[in-house]
Amino acid sequence: MGLRRGHRARPGEWIIEKLIQAVGLSTIGLMVLILVFVGREALPVLMGRINTALVQPILPSKEIDSIPRDDLRSYLELSRSQFEGMDREMLMAMMEAREEGFRDIPESFRADPDSTVNTADWRQLLLPRQWTGYTRPEFVWQPVGTIHKYNLVPLLVGSLKVTLVGLLFAVPLSLGAALYVSQLAPVRVREWVKPTIELLAGIPSVVLGVFCLLVLSGLLQSLFGYQFRLNALVAGIGLGLTAVPLIFTIAEDSFTGVPRGYVQASLALGASPWQAAWQVVLPSAMPGVVAAMILGFGRCLGETMVVLMASGNASMLSWSLFDSTRSMTATIAAEMAEAVSGGGHYRMLFLLGTLLFAISFVTHLIGGRIVRRLRRRLGGVA
Amino acid sequence: METPTSRSIPAEDALDSESPSRTSPPAIETKDLCLSYDEAPALRDVSLSVPERQVTALIGPSGCGKSTLLRCFNRMNDLIPGVRVTGQCRVGGQDILGDGVDVIGLRKQVGMVFQRSNPFPMSIRANMAYGLKLQGLRNRVEQDRIVEESLRAAALWDEVKDRLDRNALELSGGQQQRLCIARAIAIRPRILLMDEPASALDPITTMRIEELILELRRDYTIVIVTHNMQQAARISDRTAFLYLGEVVEFDRTSRIFTHPRDQRTEDYVTGRFG
Amino acid sequence: MRPIGESRRLGRWGGPAGIVGLILTGLATLVLLAFLVALLTTVLSKGMPAFSWRFVSTIPRKDFFDVDSAAILPMVVGTSLRVLIMTVFVMPFGVITAVYLTEYADPASPFTRGIRAAIGNIAGVPSIVFGLFGLGFFVNFLGRGLDGLTGSGVPVFGRPSLLWASLTLAVMTLPVVIVATEESLRSIPSGLREASLALGATKLETVWTIVLPQALPGILTGGILAVGRAAGEVAPILFTGAAYYTAELPGRLTDQFMDLGYHVYVLATQSPNVDQTAPILYATALALLVLTLALNAGAILLRSRMRRNLREAV
Repeated sequence: MGLRRGHRARPGEWIIEKLIQAVGLSTIGLMVLILVFVGREALPVLMGRINTALVQPILPSKEIDSIPRDDLRSYLELSRSQFEGMDREMLMAMMEAREEGFRDIPESFRADPDSTVNTADWRQLLLPRQWTGYTRPEFVWQPVGTIHKYNLVPLLVGSLKVTLVGLLFAVPLSLGAALYVSQLAPVRVREWVKPTIELLAGIPSVVLGVFCLLVLSGLLQSLFGYQFRLNALVAGIGLGLTAVPLIFTIAEDSFTGVPRGYVQASLALGASPWQAAWQVVLPSAMPGVVAAMILGFGRCLGETMVVLMASGNASMLSWSLFDSTRSMTATIAAEMAEAVSGGGHYRMLFLLGTLLFAISFVTHLIGGRIVRRLRRRLGGVA
Repeated sequence: METPTSRSIPAEDALDSESPSRTSPPAIETKDLCLSYDEAPALRDVSLSVPERQVTALIGPSGCGKSTLLRCFNRMNDLIPGVRVTGQCRVGGQDILGDGVDVIGLRKQVGMVFQRSNPFPMSIRANMAYGLKLQGLRNRVEQDRIVEESLRAAALWDEVKDRLDRNALELSGGQQQRLCIARAIAIRPRILLMDEPASALDPITTMRIEELILELRRDYTIVIVTHNMQQAARISDRTAFLYLGEVVEFDRTSRIFTHPRDQRTEDYVTGRFG
Repeated sequence: MRPIGESRRLGRWGGPAGIVGLILTGLATLVLLAFLVALLTTVLSKGMPAFSWRFVSTIPRKDFFDVDSAAILPMVVGTSLRVLIMTVFVMPFGVITAVYLTEYADPASPFTRGIRAAIGNIAGVPSIVFGLFGLGFFVNFLGRGLDGLTGSGVPVFGRPSLLWASLTLAVMTLPVVIVATEESLRSIPSGLREASLALGATKLETVWTIVLPQALPGILTGGILAVGRAAGEVAPILFTGAAYYTAELPGRLTDQFMDLGYHVYVLATQSPNVDQTAPILYATALALLVLTLALNAGAILLRSRMRRNLREAV
């Protein structure tokens, strides 16, 4: 048998290998696709191309000849080809129609400064504004009524608030349990506690939501006696429960991954199991712990159903844990059904989605980097 | 045969003077073969001729490159990323290092047995038939005939003939290794590479494997890597001593163990290091 | 874990600090277990009374809040169908990607690192963002594009449907399948691959005849985990296929469907009388819980058995 044939002898196999490679590489494409198709709908907002002002300024038709043609075209919202196909008479007629339409808007409305505001402008998205009827400048997300207000700050704060509560609940409990299970518990306890806690991962968040909504909320209210039954505390604890299995599993794995020799060496030097766990295992498993917390953060921030059901969903800006709260995820879930496809509200929800995507991306990036650096420095196991 | 520089291996003349089959071309022949992993050299200017139908042993301390050299002969080093090979390596007179070489065809001619026995987790019969099916042999009768023949050649037939459909992992360690040898010879290679085939086995099983190698020597060219010098002395016709990626000495086995020319060889075979 | 050399001075648990530490970590474990037990017993005890064969096997009337006639057959069917169709898409894609990563890709190449980064990122993307993606890409872009091509006046593909929801879930669970498959591929001893290659098998033959059959339990585990994860997810299907109510069971890929998880949400938040409808809410939640927990338990069992077999084999 001759040896000089190479892969050309097996073209079928070569093609299949290329296909396998193509499928593998398409994962990157998929990731880009997600970014593109979530970002695409939000792009007009980011580029400042959206004007949601109810009452647009009017260009007087008398001045038609003095207006630059491009301004005129965008004022009349015409495409280039449409615009070229029109003569002066038609343009004039359209401008007059706009003026007429303007005159038909009730005086009270035209006088309201809010009605000329482009609520999709970045200032309105991020800065407070004293809307008509308000006594002071406020951050308002209120995409219903005549003037849709799209201030993102209450949602950002809401998301952060519930996430922090969730982490404050989940991190100490998960780390404590992981330390106990991996280092201190008798083997028999360990063997059934670990899978039991990991069972939490299999509970759908909507069921956790039911639990928070109907059981936990009442319990906590009677315990603390606050005003709103559904609030950031209830939602946060629910979120924490969704993050527990993730944090617990990673932390437990990295505790177990600490070489037995470290522990035995420190026990041999006269340390108690607790000292070994606290002074040897925990520090050398730090990369894993940090990774667990960062991923837990991402998990809490991105969780939807629990917050949607248990937080009360009032989109007011407040740092109080006992106020009803609305997160970015819950806002998307609750409002997409009523948003008109392609409209301002729709795009704003996609903007929230893009933001969530960006945060999860950065979280992943930073998390990975911190873990790698810590691992190098500590030589521990993540 | 010409050796280009002073770096020639003394074995050349020894080979010519002592080889019983000096007319037949060497089964494997390398010239200035160099190999590096990610720039770190593992083999330097290896030039040697492996004669046909003899047992050639590669010995040397661990990390000397003996396994690496063995794996050059069937291009198993291709699996490791970052490997660079230069020089020449011929099997049956044909260069096997080029990009255009049919590696798959090469491996059908050059069988290999590994340090850890690695039977597939399937029936003994399926293990044996695996290579045959790859060759396109679908005829069951023909398959069974070759399976029996190969198992007999590996001195395993009597032990397994009643349980060919049992899982190969149920066999003992020595039986598993002999199965791997049988599996390798089922596809009728010309050369059999063995990478420390008995290092994981107990002495009695090792003895059986050695007997088997001496049997197989009649039909196959065998290159065996071993860290066990007694083993090399017992079963091989020729021995190459490798040290730090170089072939220090290559000669008849009896010469290597009784009158080594190089001090390092002497130190090694007398157990002063390694 | 018993100490090897007990310290005389500090006692067995290492003095007050050790005892406090032990109590605190043990307490943390107990609190987590308590939450789990409370949740499970609540759903079980309040869900069982309304749970019956009739409840699972009949189609409810339009007013599904009516306690006496409430049933969940369409939701069970819808949820099952969407995870089934998802599996059809995600398994080949995920397994092939994992095969590429473990068997073919050069680990140092920027493409490989890119693929790993992409998988990690997709795993971290919030589920609601997948919902947006499904709406923006599958429903609006692909669906409307298909409608444009077929020239149908009424939207057939360009609206939420079983197909789009399943595809959205397939994208979401892709990392689960890839990671599980990779793990099981890596656990296969390289000696088996070498043996096959040394017998003159090509790489593809080796993968197909040796590697994949060996990895099957792990691949299966990945599939079950993905199904378990997807079955309980609601956010990704909110805009891509789940319906508040449909009169009939879904019959075509382009139909909308009722979903167990979404139904739990509807019953919990839109009920005219929460106390009155609580039994059916809990019964529905129980059905969903049983489904997902069974899948997860199955995956855990399969995985631990696989690991044990592997340890014995090595």
